[in-house]
Amino acid sequence: MPEEPSSLENPAEQLNNEEVLIRRIRDGERDLFYELIRPYERRVFAAALAILRNEADAEDVAQEAMLKAFKHIRQFRAESRFSTWLIQITVNEARMRRRKEHADIMEPIADRQDEEGNYSPRDFADWREIPLEILERKEVRQELAEALASLGEKYREVFLLRDMQHLSIEDTAKALGISTSSVKTRLLRARLMLRDLLAPGLGGNWSSKLSFAKGAKLW
Amino acid sequence: MVVRCEEVWHEISNYLEGEVEPAVRAAMEEHFRECKHCTSVLDGTRNVIHLYGDERMVEVPLGFSYRLHRRLEENMAPARRTFLGWMVAAAAAILAAGSFELARSSVFSHPELRSEHAQPGSDVPPDMMVMVETNGKTFHVPGCPFIHDKLKVHTITAREAIGAGYVPCVRCMKKYLSA
Repeated sequence: MPEEPSSLENPAEQLNNEEVLIRRIRDGERDLFYELIRPYERRVFAAALAILRNEADAEDVAQEAMLKAFKHIRQFRAESRFSTWLIQITVNEARMRRRKEHADIMEPIADRQDEEGNYSPRDFADWREIPLEILERKEVRQELAEALASLGEKYREVFLLRDMQHLSIEDTAKALGISTSSVKTRLLRARLMLRDLLAPGLGGNWSSKLSFAKGAKLW
Repeated sequence: MVVRCEEVWHEISNYLEGEVEPAVRAAMEEHFRECKHCTSVLDGTRNVIHLYGDERMVEVPLGFSYRLHRRLEENMAPARRTFLGWMVAAAAAILAAGSFELARSSVFSHPELRSEHAQPGSDVPPDMMVMVETNGKTFHVPGCPFIHDKLKVHTITAREAIGAGYVPCVRCMKKYLSA
């Protein structure tokens, strides 16, 4: 990975286009809203899923968030990106849903741990670079999703916004209503915990299985 | 400047963000050259960020887009309407249905296909009734011998099937497929 996390955001051209779309939607061309959200449908679902850990709820919340974005499109301020705003709405909706369902009772113990306490890595297996094609395998995605779901919610939310949704540290802080230094502390912890959780698979098995699979013939 | 392993772990996330002072950065780089453990932590953490940051990480459920658009359609219209408003809306709906073929680009142009090998059923008449299996990938002419699970089929229009990401059966829908 390059030192700066790669961004999935669209180039400047698309942003201009977005601005135009938003203006036209505000002026009454409702149908253009579909076009506006199309690039973000997956991201909105992913955000809701990471928080709620349940596909059906995530889908419902994703729909509600999109609808809310439409209804409040006049409140969108051009100083932030539309995608950031949309993700923020999604996070709020998902948090509200979680509260409603009292899911917080089920939160993992890790959440109650002191976040200032230093976290020390537990596994030092040698890692090489993992090819991203590995994500095409369902069991790998499943494993990653389970590891993420096992994190406490405050770590999961920060990791989701910064590393999965590629929001800046500042935007992540704003969206969650916490300080940037809390974002950094939680991010460190989330990344190290995930690494420890995944080390047995990613450090060894998966990548070697992958190269084996590439050798096509079994015998 | 010399840094210990614990200090490296503490800063490793900021290091990856490019947010450490140049002097600390240099010291960490020096440390990585000598310490296998910390290098492994660095590589692993970088891999984690890389993998989770990839779009493929999350699979959207089948038909997600279709259901989303339907829900939006139901709710995006203004809340209250006068009788005249309803008439206008009804007329608009009829017009919209008529121009559906032309307007397909707006909503249903890229449904997520349920099968990667298939081609979208763009030439199938949209109002034709077809059979789909609840968890299947393809839609069929009623009675097609290639319907796998005959207990779980239901009938919908081709338009709905295409919108939900089903693709035409290559056998019974052959005449509608270009290739």
